[in-house]
Amino acid sequence: MARIELSSAKLKKDFIKKIAEISGQNIYECYQCGKCSAGCPMCFAMDILPSQVIRLAQLGLEDEIKASKTIWLCASCLTCDARCPKGVDLSRVMEAMRLLTLRKSKNHLEPSQMARPEVADLPQIALVSSFRKFTG
Amino acid sequence: MELSYYPGCTVKTRARNFEESAIAVMQTLGVTLAELPRWNCCGTVYSLADDDLIHHVAGVRNLMQVRNQGHSKIVTLCAFCYNTLHRANLVMKDQSDNRFGINSFMDEEKPYNGEVSVAHLLQVLRDDIGWEKIAARVTRPVNGIKIAVYYGCTLLRPQSAAVDNPENPVVLQNVVKACGATPVDFPFATECCGSFQVVSNREFVNERAYEITNSARKNGAELMLVSCPLCEFNLRQAQGKLKDKYPDFQAMPLLYFTQLMALAFGLSAGVNRFDLNSPETQVWLSQKQLMV
Repeated sequence: MARIELSSAKLKKDFIKKIAEISGQNIYECYQCGKCSAGCPMCFAMDILPSQVIRLAQLGLEDEIKASKTIWLCASCLTCDARCPKGVDLSRVMEAMRLLTLRKSKNHLEPSQMARPEVADLPQIALVSSFRKFTG
Repeated sequence: MELSYYPGCTVKTRARNFEESAIAVMQTLGVTLAELPRWNCCGTVYSLADDDLIHHVAGVRNLMQVRNQGHSKIVTLCAFCYNTLHRANLVMKDQSDNRFGINSFMDEEKPYNGEVSVAHLLQVLRDDIGWEKIAARVTRPVNGIKIAVYYGCTLLRPQSAAVDNPENPVVLQNVVKACGATPVDFPFATECCGSFQVVSNREFVNERAYEITNSARKNGAELMLVSCPLCEFNLRQAQGKLKDKYPDFQAMPLLYFTQLMALAFGLSAGVNRFDLNSPETQVWLSQKQLMV
């Protein structure tokens, strides 16, 4: 990972407060055991691990999280939630982080840009879920 | 016995093989699945945000409709519908502030308080019918077939919505045993297939399918049994592409658990709609002389 800058200003950022408010989770409960990353079925495709996302969040490093694709690769399978020894539901933290972008009307998935044959092939359940998760 | 039944979008279209086999199997067991009139989309995924109540409304509307029809229970086939409806119901049952907010917004004559229970068909088979009664209906035992059962996520997580032990479920294995076949253990049974990521990251979902399918194969399975229409789609669509990428890859036949039951019950092949299954599955069924 590139050089990151820690500061008390970042720790006081609204970002941390908003995540707590939307997710209902206390991210400071996390003590970095890494069980979420160990069980995550999509982490082979992620640039930073789920446990690293929550560490960045604890430090208020919003830009670093937004520069990563990890939160958009989460499939909300809840394996992390099931296995967290501290009872932190990371899937809710990930959802809160996605919503902070989506609620600014910034779609992650642009339905109009999707290839027609691909859309025709997909079951509704996949499309509706994706629109729910990745559009504002 | 008649049970109120919620189909959902995919079961009514791409997964007709799931629905038609389920209705026929339940009929054989003396249960009529009566489709809920005027059902609407369940919302497909449960919202994970504390401040997002609007996305529970679609689910709650269905549950109100069940109550208004005079039923106290709704049965689903689709694992996504099960999960979303079940959890929306828990919101209405257990979270008084949110219940008040949703009821006030919906402004129906009679507020909803989570009176209806949401069950998956696997729970009905286990709890209301029982494995002995199911085994007694088997006329064409699918003996000797080694089957890896695949649960995926939404039947097991979160714990409050799990149809069985989330880390060590056995309900699908029990379906296999009741039918006379042999379940094989494999470590990916409860892992996620990549779910809706198939829309934007299909190549990653295909990698998941490769690992899951290979693991089932290595553990001796010749067939995988699924219970979720999205798992079925993801594993099925990956098979053709994986053969191009990994020449050693061996495709795996896939059946819904209700299709296996219909086979074991000796029901006519028409109820299974095998035309909607993968070509590999159809070839395998012919080889096993199970197409009739």
